[in-house]
Amino acid sequence: MEHISHMPFIIASYAAAGVVVGALIAWVTLDFRTQRRALADLETRGVTRRSATGGSRRPIEQAREKA
Amino acid sequence: MVLTDLANPSRFLTCANRAIPWLGGVTVIALAFGLNQAMGAPDDYQQGATVKIMYLHVPSAWLGMLCWGVMTVAALGTLVWRHPLADVAAKAAAPIGAAFTLLCLVTGSLWGRPEWGTYWVWDARLTSELVLLLLYLGVIAVWQTVEDPSRAARAAAILTLVGAIDLPIIKFSVDWWNTLHQGASVFRLGGSTIYPTILIPLLIMAVAFTFLFVTLHIAAMRNEILRRQVRTLRLMQASAAS
Repeated sequence: MEHISHMPFIIASYAAAGVVVGALIAWVTLDFRTQRRALADLETRGVTRRSATGGSRRPIEQAREKA
Repeated sequence: MVLTDLANPSRFLTCANRAIPWLGGVTVIALAFGLNQAMGAPDDYQQGATVKIMYLHVPSAWLGMLCWGVMTVAALGTLVWRHPLADVAAKAAAPIGAAFTLLCLVTGSLWGRPEWGTYWVWDARLTSELVLLLLYLGVIAVWQTVEDPSRAARAAAILTLVGAIDLPIIKFSVDWWNTLHQGASVFRLGGSTIYPTILIPLLIMAVAFTFLFVTLHIAAMRNEILRRQVRTLRLMQASAAS
């Protein structure tokens, strides 16, 4: 087998891991913001679930708490 | 009582909102510690420095399979027990599992070029891992194409249960066929064949990746619950307007 430097393959592997993990974190974070914004938009227009006005807090309140 | 509590999406959201920051913190610490240990580990006497790729490749492979295992349990939850969060868990897990499986294949190829002299061979282990990635993409496609969530959940659950056959094939492929891929060296009868200076960082990275998976999965489940609430509210709005 030909002799080749190992370092580029190691760097490429860790770069790939950074890209994949970064993409997953970005996907989860952006999706959360999108859903939270959509819920806030619906609530400002007065669209709420009947069950949400009961004992448990509404989803948008929980989302705001996280934000 | 506990199952009833867990089955409540509102209760799950409350728990998730509390748990995600802590899990994220533990994941960052575990990854930082694992990477520090991996970078400080000695080179392998045969592989040389490329053994450092194993600290990513092996945990990715385990997580890719673990994630399908989680989806298999969730599929049973959907089809047998009709647990309200089962299909949420399955749908949220699929892209994460696909990402870990892709990372496993990419890092494996990058390890294979300097060690085997090729990026890819149609070896039983590699091929069954590629099949797992295709199964993940199939499940994601089902979720994206079937509009009704309950019908999509059932179809995805059946595909997941069928696809679970691939898990033992991946695990035992190196025993059943003559493969270029090495045999089991961590979890095997008679103990691990890896020297502790390499094994310990590998296990720490596996724990860190597991925390990463749990954090991402809970966060993705929270997003999916919110998405379904948005969908319900939009349907209510549309029916009220008509």
